[in-house]
Parts: sequence; C-alpha cells; structure tokens
Amino acid sequence: MSDTILVVVEQREGKLNRVSWETIAAGQAVAGATGWTVEAAVAGSGISSAANEIAAKKVARVYAIEAPRLEPYTPDAFASALKQFLTTKQPKLVLMPHTYQVRDFIPKLATAMGRAVISDCIGFKYESGKPHFTRQMFQGKLVADVSFSSDPPWFATFQNGAFRGDQAEAGTAAAPVETVRVEIADGVVRNKPKEVFKEVKQAVDLTQAEIIVSVGRGIKEQKNIEMAKQLADVLGGELAASRPICDSGWLPMDRQVGSSGQTVAPKLYFALGISGAIQHIVGMKGSRAIIAVNKDSEAPIFEIADYAVVGNLFDIVPPLIEEVKKTKAGG
Amino acid sequence: MKILVCMKQVPQKDAPLKLNDTGTWIREDVAYEVNEPDAYALEEALRQREKHKGEVVVITSGPARAQQVLREALAKGADRAIHLEDEKFVGLDAFNTAKALAAAIKDEPFDLIFTGLQSDDYGYAQTGVILADLLGWPHATIIMQIEKTDSGIRVKRELEAGFFQFVDMPLPAVLTIQSGINKLRYATLIGIKQAKNKPLRKVTLGEVLSAIGENLQKIERLYVPQKTKKTEVIEGPPAEVAKKLVDKLRNELQVL
Repeated sequence: MSDTILVVVEQREGKLNRVSWETIAAGQAVAGATGWTVEAAVAGSGISSAANEIAAKKVARVYAIEAPRLEPYTPDAFASALKQFLTTKQPKLVLMPHTYQVRDFIPKLATAMGRAVISDCIGFKYESGKPHFTRQMFQGKLVADVSFSSDPPWFATFQNGAFRGDQAEAGTAAAPVETVRVEIADGVVRNKPKEVFKEVKQAVDLTQAEIIVSVGRGIKEQKNIEMAKQLADVLGGELAASRPICDSGWLPMDRQVGSSGQTVAPKLYFALGISGAIQHIVGMKGSRAIIAVNKDSEAPIFEIADYAVVGNLFDIVPPLIEEVKKTKAGG
Repeated sequence: MKILVCMKQVPQKDAPLKLNDTGTWIREDVAYEVNEPDAYALEEALRQREKHKGEVVVITSGPARAQQVLREALAKGADRAIHLEDEKFVGLDAFNTAKALAAAIKDEPFDLIFTGLQSDDYGYAQTGVILADLLGWPHATIIMQIEKTDSGIRVKRELEAGFFQFVDMPLPAVLTIQSGINKLRYATLIGIKQAKNKPLRKVTLGEVLSAIGENLQKIERLYVPQKTKKTEVIEGPPAEVAKKLVDKLRNELQVL
C-alpha cells in the first residue's frame, strides 16, 4: 500500500471554503514530489454535497466523516472525530488550510495523537527522501525549512495563498466517496457555540475578491480615500487598507489586510502608498499580481511587486481612473 | 478567579535579525520585547481580576533576559511570576513548551489560562491549545471578549471575514487572546516599585525535564527569503504611466 496524503478540507454549513482548493493543490504538489497518494476528507453533518464536489478533483478517494455532533463546529468534536478516523486510516501526512477553524482544533488533535503540527506553511520540498515544510518565522523576516522528527502521521497546515486553488487538478472521473460515521460520546463536547454573526454591517469578505485596491499611510488624509475607492470601483474591485488606516478609523477594521486582518490572494492587488511592513505583506503576498505605487523607491513593497511605479500616487491615480474608464467604454 | 498568563519574550518588531553560525536560529544579541498579543492577554487577566477578585500569575520560559517580561507584568499589576529559566527553552517546539509549562504549574489550581494567540517569532499559534489538551481542559482561540457566567464563562471568538461567535464554556479553560481585545495600561511608578517585592519563582530545566521529550519538529535551515519576483518598473509622466498600467491590466493581467 502506498503512503497516503490526506487533505482535510473545510466546510461551513455544508459549503466548501474556497481555500480548500488550495490545500487540494498542495496535496497534489506533495504527491507529485513524493509519489504518495492523495485522498481527501471533509468532516461535518450533512456534508455529502461538499464531499461530491471534492470528488471531482484528482484524488484517489473522498471520505465524508459524519456525526450529528460535528455541527455546529467545536474543537472537541472535530478533534475527537478526526482522531478516530486517522487512527484507523494512518495516513502518512495530513494537510489542512491554516484557517481560524483549523488553528482552533489541529493542535489539540495532533497532541491527542502525540504528534506535532508544522503550521502556517508556505511551501514544500522533498529532500533526500524527507519532506521539508517551508514556513515564515519572525513575521516573515526569515523563513525556515522544518522537518518532522516523530513517526507519522505528520500534520501540516498551509497559509492562505500558498498554493493556487485554480491549479487543483480535476480528475478524469469522479473519485469514490465513502461516508464514515463516527461516534462522539456524551460529554466530549464541552463548549456551547452560539450563532455566528457579523458585527459590522456590510462587512466584506476580502478573501473572495478578485481585485483589491489597498491604501496605506501614503494616502495621507481620510478624504483621499475616496480617490482609491474610485479606482476600486472602476476596476470592479474591493477597497482595503493596511493596519494604520483602520486603526485611525479611516476605513472599518473588516477592510484590513495583514497578519491581524484578512489574508488575501486576489488576481490583482493594487497597493497605493503602502510601504510593505511584514505584517501587511503576510496578508497579501499570495496575490497573483501586485502593482505597487509608492514614492519611496526603497519601500519593501517593491520587493514583492510585479509592477512598480515609483512616484506620487496623487499624480498617478486620477489619470489612471480616467484611462480605465476610457478602456472600459471601448476606447 | 485565579488566572495564569503565559508570556513570551520575542525580538523587537523592527530589530534587524542576523543568522547564527549554523543557520538554524538567530543571533541572540538583539533587542527584545514582550510578544504583543501576550501583553493583551495580561491586560485582560488584570481586568478580570479587577471585576471578580482573585489572582494573576504570569509565566514565561527562556533565558535570564526573559525575566524582563515578568518584571514588566508585575509592575503592571500581576501578583506573582514563574520563570522557567534556561536558554534551552528557546529551542523547544510548541509541544514541549506546553509540556514544560504544564509541569511547572501542576500543583496550582487555576481557573483560567491565557496565552497570546500566537508568537511573533515562531508564529506556531499552537502552544495554548496544546496546553489545554495536556491539562484536559476545554479551550477557545482568538478571543475578543470574556464574561463570567453562572456556569463558567462566555467568550467572543473572532472568526474570519468579520464574523464573530459567542461560546459558552465551563471552567477551568484555556483561552488564546487576540490583540486589540482591550486597551493596554502602562506600569505606574508605584507599580514598578512594588514589583521588586513580588514573588518570582524560578523553575530549572531539570525540574521539568522528565515531562518533556525530543522535539517533534526540527528547523533544518533558517534563511532570508529570496526575492522570487521579477519586478517591472513602470516609468514616465503620470499620463503615460496610466496608459502603460491600463495596457498591463488589459493584456497581461486580463482583468479589464
């Protein structure tokens, strides 16, 4: 029997979290390097459609781990269900997205199995028969290649944007889906979660945006935000900001990108007057393309930009808005 | 309520870091500060004590320099401190750090243990949750609010994308605290004076050695990230830059 990589995808109310495709892509990349087999699992209650959706991808098998007590999510139930499943299956490597939910239960799951998690990874290397996981340290100033020194199963989580979800390969035929019913005993689940809610009205999910126009300290004054908003509007994108802008109250907290805000990986990230402090970069470096406008040619944002404009954003953005409008009008 | 706050000393945010000779860790001659979320965890513990009475104990693991974190916490109002003092603690993985912490407090009946949600150095975001499991306690992560209830506590968890959730849970419990849950206080002059006389218990590596094992993960190599992107500089007068950018947006990025 070949070694197995088990990708545990994430669902909320039966709907797959888009980041799941990235983890499938990660599993496929690891399989490509190691020759191991990729299987997928999804845990919850009433998750057969999510399992079927995953089965369209190039995976050997999909497990739907079902128990009524898996809904709503609690770390106790998820750790219990997955421990039962993993103890039977004994995969070599278990991969998950580094979401808030996974962060909440995977250390508990691994500890209960006497294992470790290499968390928040951004890459994978297979060197002399040993998997190495690349992860950022010291807030991204340094990176480390980390290996496991315990027996399998090994656990690793991947940062949002580390792999591209649209590169998750489809299968030639649907993979078989196997429903696994697990028993979660009385008394296991100690937390009682209430309804999920949004505090801010019109809260925006930046992780789903394809185009993001983001502003930093270089925007200078609150009234100048409007100019960035116009650019976002003509591009059909969302407006976002670095932490100082939200701390000043110029934009609501739910528009913050970075380690304390959202982690995004849009098709295009347009950084206006953002210097590129590491706390910001960790939240957007997975973007497909980055255009940065900054008057400081030494700004670290240019290290990761695909297109760099060294100049005053107040000179550049207004004609850009006009030019985009013209082009969209068929010019 | 008797609350333990796990705190960590990490390199200052803007400190330039240099690699050590083996390329597996940084050179230790940098400036340090308290891990930011841990400062919020301490503040929250102090506020809970002000509301419900009790005791706030702070704990850290690390070499002698890490005592500074405890001294600052005592000056802000923590009642006493525990220092697992040895430079070897720096190299422990999250699993072993949690085991060492659990061993150091095994005779102390806490109601709550707070940690920051993650550290600015390793950034595992795991130690608090592992500690909860080792103790057999429930936990909740990325906490933005804590209220005492008749049967335990009600906490507010931050979820992704602007979502939140209240969770009721029994005590004792472990909570990992998010930055921004409260406004940090400064140490007062009188606090700094009083801190000198507050108890600080030292725990040696030898005292917890039997509880910890080999690390389950190993840093093979630490290095400066390589610039992988080729950056195209777009120059010219603003109107020309705008035209060039639109051309990129349309023809290379295909978003127009």
